[in-house]
Amino acid sequence: MKSERDSGAKQALSGRRSFLGLAAAGLGGVLIAPGIHLIEVAQAAARGTAPAGANAKVRWGLLIDTTKCASGCSDCVSACNTENGLAAPTRPTDAQWIRKIEIKSVATGRAQSLPVMCQHCAEPPCVDVCPTGASFKRADGIVLVDRHSCIGCRYCIMACPYQARSFVHEPLTAQKPEVPRGKGCVEGCTLCVHRIDAGGGPACVEACASAGHHAMLFGDLNDADSEISHRVREVASKQLRPDLRLDPGVRYQGLA
Amino acid sequence: MNPRFGPAHFYALLGLGLMLVGVGLGSAHYMESHGHVVTGMNNHVVWGLPHVFAIFMIVAASGVLNVASIGSVFGQSVYKPRAPLSGLLCLAMLAGGLMVLMLDLGRPERLIVAATHYNPSSVFAWNVLLYSGMFAIVALYLWTMFERSMNRHSKAAGVAALIWRFVLTSGTGLIFGFLVARQAYASALLAPLFIVLSFAWGLAVFLIVQSAMYGWNEQQLDPAIQRRMARLLGLFVAAAVYLVVVYHLTNLYFARQAAFEAFILRDGGIYPLLLWGGYAVAGTALPLLLLFHPRLGGPRTTLLAAALVVAGAFAWLYVFIIGGQAFPLEIFPGHVASSSFGDGAITHYVPRWPEWLLGLGGIGAAFVLTTIGVRALDFMPQDDFAALKAEPKGSV
Repeated sequence: MKSERDSGAKQALSGRRSFLGLAAAGLGGVLIAPGIHLIEVAQAAARGTAPAGANAKVRWGLLIDTTKCASGCSDCVSACNTENGLAAPTRPTDAQWIRKIEIKSVATGRAQSLPVMCQHCAEPPCVDVCPTGASFKRADGIVLVDRHSCIGCRYCIMACPYQARSFVHEPLTAQKPEVPRGKGCVEGCTLCVHRIDAGGGPACVEACASAGHHAMLFGDLNDADSEISHRVREVASKQLRPDLRLDPGVRYQGLA
Repeated sequence: MNPRFGPAHFYALLGLGLMLVGVGLGSAHYMESHGHVVTGMNNHVVWGLPHVFAIFMIVAASGVLNVASIGSVFGQSVYKPRAPLSGLLCLAMLAGGLMVLMLDLGRPERLIVAATHYNPSSVFAWNVLLYSGMFAIVALYLWTMFERSMNRHSKAAGVAALIWRFVLTSGTGLIFGFLVARQAYASALLAPLFIVLSFAWGLAVFLIVQSAMYGWNEQQLDPAIQRRMARLLGLFVAAAVYLVVVYHLTNLYFARQAAFEAFILRDGGIYPLLLWGGYAVAGTALPLLLLFHPRLGGPRTTLLAAALVVAGAFAWLYVFIIGGQAFPLEIFPGHVASSSFGDGAITHYVPRWPEWLLGLGGIGAAFVLTTIGVRALDFMPQDDFAALKAEPKGSV
């Protein structure tokens, strides 16, 4: 009787082992196979594309003169929304690539108004933390999100000291072809990279100049002869949260 | 020995677990179809309630394996028979936590991208390796326990699992610890804090599951074992609260952190309420009283204490994760700021039902895996009482 029971138990154990072995092999195959396939596809695609890169000698940047930036003026924000196909924000879930911030010194009471967008850091924390490398810095200093490899983990939003990124909370329609956007991905100011690559500058800077404020200046910080380089040499300007030493490409003049 | 409860009980439990998983998956599909706008999250609180569930399960998964480590690495015989169950719970909770984390992604269908595109400077990417490695190591560890010819390698596998989970839980803490600009985070203390929290949360979960298994099998846990495990839970809870206190004291000492601490400890509404009422009183003081009071400490009070520790864990994580994001970033130190994007303002966040259901789906997945594991393999602890009596008094 005892030996029968033992033999039954052994059979059950053996069946259980085969089942577990098969299950483990099957699960391993299911998990690994698509990855291998995708790596092959990605490598094949990479072989077929010509490298198109930004100029590593350039460091695009902005100088914002807060003394010329009027409280209540939001021309730069409207221009950004129009250029990039963003709806005017009404809720905390809506994307804002640039916003006007009103600040007041606690010690002196001095009030100022200024635009804040992605600061295009030389040491961007969003790029460091991104698990897939979707957050990246171009050779010319522009920090972007690759919408094809962003998995929407939002870790970059947690890491950004400037609250400069937004998560697309809803399905989008009628996006602009030159500004790829999509639900479930993170996005932020691209410095109007599509315009820069076509030889232009950011829409916010253009709008500010068109309105006669001239509070924003765009240019190559690496070119000693550029207007922005002259200005940052001549006038006092500062980066936001300089204590973090992220070396943002956006500088502010007149910020107390 | 398999549990005595019959197939009907097993299928009923399995059905309940699968129902939770189904609800969680349905909720994830709803979030995926409509976008995260159907949750309470926004551009300031980007990690909501699903992260609370996920991080609880991942941290507790690491801690629950402590039971196995104490047995096979540190040679405590009370814990040895509990090592397989501890390994199973580790795998189950890790799977449940990762399920929630993955399904809360903005693009969960791109999970394969995370596996094929790897940024070596990202703590998140390190954790992808750490979590998958944990599955492999614990599976190997379980194999060395179940396969008699491999028993001699059990200690080596146990040491590997012990080291791996220290790194893994440090990695989970450092997801926050490496966030340079957030007042709530950016602290190296978060790595050891998460390790100690994992000990308490993991043991609490283990005690709850063990109690349920003994109850369903109409068995009684040996009172001496029960008292030892209760005492150990008490020690872990006390060690965890020590590090939590140090974390807040450090912040209170730094003038630049004063406003954040005032928010979390006093002025922040739901956050101080959960921190003091949920974590400090219900999740720490009360369990310590139940576990160490000479007239208490029986099986029921230990179970109650373990449940309170788990409730306290959720309260603490809610305050830590959500409260840490609700407090505004200090972009302009020394200034009051305001904007249409909520600069300078406390973010309002209330979790909505898809988040609750996704989190519960993760718990359901862990429950299903545990139920199947316990049914299919021999996870019920078998105590060797002769060996236990030979152990010196005062062992953990």
